[in-house]
Amino acid sequence: MNIHEYQGKEILKKYGVKVPEGRVAFTVDEAVKAAEELGTQVVVVKAQIHAGGRGKAGGVKVAKNLEEVRTYATDILGKVLVTHQTGPEGKEVRRLLIEQGCDIKKEYYVGIVVDRATNRVVMMASEEGGTEIEEVAEHSPEKIIKEVVDPVVGLTPFQARRLAFAINIPAELVNKAAKFMLGLYEAFVANDCSIAEINPLVVTGDGEVMALDAKLNFDSNALFRHKNIQELRDLTEEDEKEIEASKYDLAYIALDGNIGCMVNGAGLAMATMDIINFYGGNPANFLDVGGGATEEKVTEAFKIILSDDKVKGIFVNIFGGIMKCDVIANGVVGAAKQVKLDKPLVVRLEGTNVEQGKKILSESGLNIVAAESMADGAEKIVALVK
Amino acid sequence: MSILINKDTKVITQGITGATGLFHTRQAVEYGTKMVGGVTPGKGGTEIDGLPIFNTVKEAVAATGANASVIYVPPAFAADSIMEAVDAELDLVICITEGIPVLDMVKVRRYMEGKKTRLIGPNCPGVITPGECKIGIMPGYIHTPGKVGIVSRSGTLTYEAVHQTSTRGIGQSTAVGIGGDPVNGTNFIDVLQLFNEDPDTEAVIMIGEIGGTAEEEAAEWVAANMKKPVIGFIGGQTAPPGKRMGHAGAIISGGKGTAAEKIAKLESCGIRVAKTPAVIGETLVEVLTEKGMLDKVTVKA
Repeated sequence: MNIHEYQGKEILKKYGVKVPEGRVAFTVDEAVKAAEELGTQVVVVKAQIHAGGRGKAGGVKVAKNLEEVRTYATDILGKVLVTHQTGPEGKEVRRLLIEQGCDIKKEYYVGIVVDRATNRVVMMASEEGGTEIEEVAEHSPEKIIKEVVDPVVGLTPFQARRLAFAINIPAELVNKAAKFMLGLYEAFVANDCSIAEINPLVVTGDGEVMALDAKLNFDSNALFRHKNIQELRDLTEEDEKEIEASKYDLAYIALDGNIGCMVNGAGLAMATMDIINFYGGNPANFLDVGGGATEEKVTEAFKIILSDDKVKGIFVNIFGGIMKCDVIANGVVGAAKQVKLDKPLVVRLEGTNVEQGKKILSESGLNIVAAESMADGAEKIVALVK
Repeated sequence: MSILINKDTKVITQGITGATGLFHTRQAVEYGTKMVGGVTPGKGGTEIDGLPIFNTVKEAVAATGANASVIYVPPAFAADSIMEAVDAELDLVICITEGIPVLDMVKVRRYMEGKKTRLIGPNCPGVITPGECKIGIMPGYIHTPGKVGIVSRSGTLTYEAVHQTSTRGIGQSTAVGIGGDPVNGTNFIDVLQLFNEDPDTEAVIMIGEIGGTAEEEAAEWVAANMKKPVIGFIGGQTAPPGKRMGHAGAIISGGKGTAAEKIAKLESCGIRVAKTPAVIGETLVEVLTEKGMLDKVTVKA
């Protein structure tokens, strides 16, 4: 789960990580009022969306007086920002962070992730802050320094100091930087983050070490034990169909194509998208109904797929294991009738009770195209939506 | 022969009185798995289907001589269940549970250092040695005893591969689902190594997906060490970056972990990769035919 920068900074503050003073604003008037309250000469007006690359897209402006705050806030609020992370449709700005400006001496990068290779939490730091860390990783990987954390003791002060020295933080600020990193690690584990990225971390003219930006992602499997984090979810940042699907415990991800997919199992669901693509079609979604799909779940899945106007046909690909094919077939027939399906539907069933399943489909009176195999089904649905 | 489990493996179920645990314990018994008991804290001393229930794994092991356990405990408590099984010195723990917080698994992996137990999963379908022992949620009847090993990050794709081999008269020595989580107990290389040493496995199917670099590392290991043909499949060629495709570990992040990279690496390491999930069986037959091995792995009627 993602949250906004200002929410991330509020969390970090609780762990002793220094951030610039700031306020969230939902309207232009709120933005001006926030700037007044901050009372500094220079304030920064920052678009709050769940995507990076805001600066380049014109979503971050430095204002030198309240009039400029008003101008920039008016300009940015309601604007659709298109960045390398938003996709071509962009994201509408609904919230602003109004923040005290600071005197930046130098920018660095600090990030924490769970590293699959070591099965540990790893803190990474680089002297090349402010830019795309992926680019640094690709072109000069030696500039990214890593410390692997033992979960028993957590990040140790010596590791934090070692990182700070390695990225050339001025010697007199190393202890402040180490304190910053220890706080960041604490925030990461205490809240079950999956990513914590500070880009840039800055040292300022008055000798502070601060997070100028903050990106925190949370492990959705751990949200059950963090009610406070759940409350930070901003539904306007998420796809409506994905929100609806999550209510029924369906894993759904919207894509750009026109063939709706309903599959059991995440691996098979991904592979089904691939095979549609292989035969020249374009999947409209990833949808895993899970191993324990009920008739109700199948019906909801159908409704969600069909709520996407781009969908011209549906491919159901089920390998019934524990989930029996006759149950799936009943679900499909029930759902197709309930939603008055008027688009091509190709169904491939395999596994437990497959013959009964096929019989239910063929006797339903519905216009369902039966597929003999996954490849056959993919070819058929691609031909039908052309 | 087989790897990890066989007809002599004695299994207990952790979470045996839950709906899922009980259902799959019954399915395992029906398949012929030597189920010897179960654990549910607070229900020790009772029985279910004639199987004794214990309060702790340690008691269950002492009383039944179990050497493997399967975990169907809800995600909030599953990490603790794994550690309890490791503490009881079982040889093998298979965790089916999906949705365990990743930092819990980081602690589990730390706890397991220097201990004898092997963990399979979590978030996996389990392990089956056809005709001998089934531990997990896979449908038993699609399997055929035989000589092809299967290792996979995905459940339903494993069934797909099993089905595509069985219907071509090719059986499986053991099918292992290593699970779709970013931090797990056993990786591709661990399983490939076991298959390499198993005299009754002649070839291996390896099914990977987007996210991480486990497939790439496995491919390098295969190029350097594997004596048997390996064919592969990678799911997620059309997956958009930054989106978690169902499995917690299936995500392309920072431009890393794409299917295209993985396929290129596998091919360069001598692993033939099936172009679509529908031709995994076909690709295996193709490679075995070229090597003159098809007869060896085909089950005689």
